[in-house]
Amino acid sequence: MSEHSEITGHAVHVVPVRTYLLVFFALMAGTALTTAVAYIDLGRWNTVVALAIAVTKMTLVILFFMHVKYATGLTRIVILCGFFWLAIMVALTLSDELTRVWEINPSGWNALFPLVSRLF
Amino acid sequence: MTDLPAHGAHPPGFAHQFENMQQQREASSLGMWVFLVTEILFFGGMFTAYIVYRLLHYESFVTGSHLLEVKFGATNTYVLIASSLTMALAIRSAQTGKRKGQIIFWLILTMFFGALFLGLKFTFEWRHDYIEHIMPGFGFQYRPEWGSLGPEVQMFMCFYFFMTGLHALHMIVGLGILTVLVIMTARNKFSPEYYAPLEISGLYWHFVDIVWIFLFALLYLIGGRY
Repeated sequence: MSEHSEITGHAVHVVPVRTYLLVFFALMAGTALTTAVAYIDLGRWNTVVALAIAVTKMTLVILFFMHVKYATGLTRIVILCGFFWLAIMVALTLSDELTRVWEINPSGWNALFPLVSRLF
Repeated sequence: MTDLPAHGAHPPGFAHQFENMQQQREASSLGMWVFLVTEILFFGGMFTAYIVYRLLHYESFVTGSHLLEVKFGATNTYVLIASSLTMALAIRSAQTGKRKGQIIFWLILTMFFGALFLGLKFTFEWRHDYIEHIMPGFGFQYRPEWGSLGPEVQMFMCFYFFMTGLHALHMIVGLGILTVLVIMTARNKFSPEYYAPLEISGLYWHFVDIVWIFLFALLYLIGGRY
C-alpha cells in the first residue's frame, strides 16, 4: 500500500515508543523537580519556577501525547485561541480587581434616604 | 449512486461526507479540541477566581496550602502521568495494527492508574482532610494559630475541594469512557485506518492530566515548603 492513496490520504504519523518514553521521563523529572524546588527558599521566584515547570510539562503533553506536533495549522490555531480567551478572562478580571479602590458609600447617596422618606 | 465506491472498497469507519480518512481524522481531532477549548474556559473560570482570591488573601492561601500534604499531590501527579503514557501507548497499538489484546491491556492499565489516582485521593487525602477538620461543611474547625485568617483559610479549602473535585469528576467520566473503549476494542471496532474514538478520548484524558499538573503546582506548592 502506498503512503498516499485516494481513500486513506496521508498515512498517520506514528510517534515512536522511544519518544513517548522520553516525554514520560521528562514529565516525571519535572514533577520531582517542581516538588524539590518548593523546599528551597527562592522568595517570589518559587511561584514563577513552579508555573514555568507546569507550563513546560503542559507543552510536552500537548505536543507529543496529544499529537499536536503533527497536527494541522487549523487545530493549532484553535488551541491557541483557547488559551488566548483564557488570557482575556484573567487579564480583564484582574484589570478590574487590581485597580478597584474600596470606598465607603458617598455621603450624598445616604443623605437622600431621609429626604425620600419625608415624601411619603 | 454508481460513481460511489462499493462499500467494501473503503476502510471500516469511513464516513462518506469526507474526502478521505486523513480528512476525517483531522475533523474528529479538531472537533474534540473545540470541546477541550470550552473545558479550558470551564476550568479557567475557577483558575481566574483562584488568582483573584490568591492576590487578595495571599497569607491565608499560604496557610491553607500548607495544610495539604505534598506527598499525596506529588504521588498522584506521578500516577496520572503514568496513565497518560499508557493511554498514548494504547492509541499507538491501534495505529500500528497490534492485536486487540494489546490495546485492551494498555486501556486497562490506564484505567488502573486512573482508579489508583481516585482511590488515593478519596481514601487517603480527603479522609486525612476530614480527620484534620479542614473539610469545609464537614466539621471544619478554625485553628488558633491561624488568628484572624480563619475564614479565608476555609475559603482556600473550598477552592481546593471544588477544583480537585471537579477534576475528580472528570476522571470518573474518563473511566466511563475508557470502559466503553475497552468494549469497542473487544468488538473489533478499531483498525489502523479507523481509531478516532481512541484518539479523541486520549485527548480528553491528557487534558485532564494537564489540569492536574496545574492544580498540583497551584494548590499544594503555594509559598514554598521551606
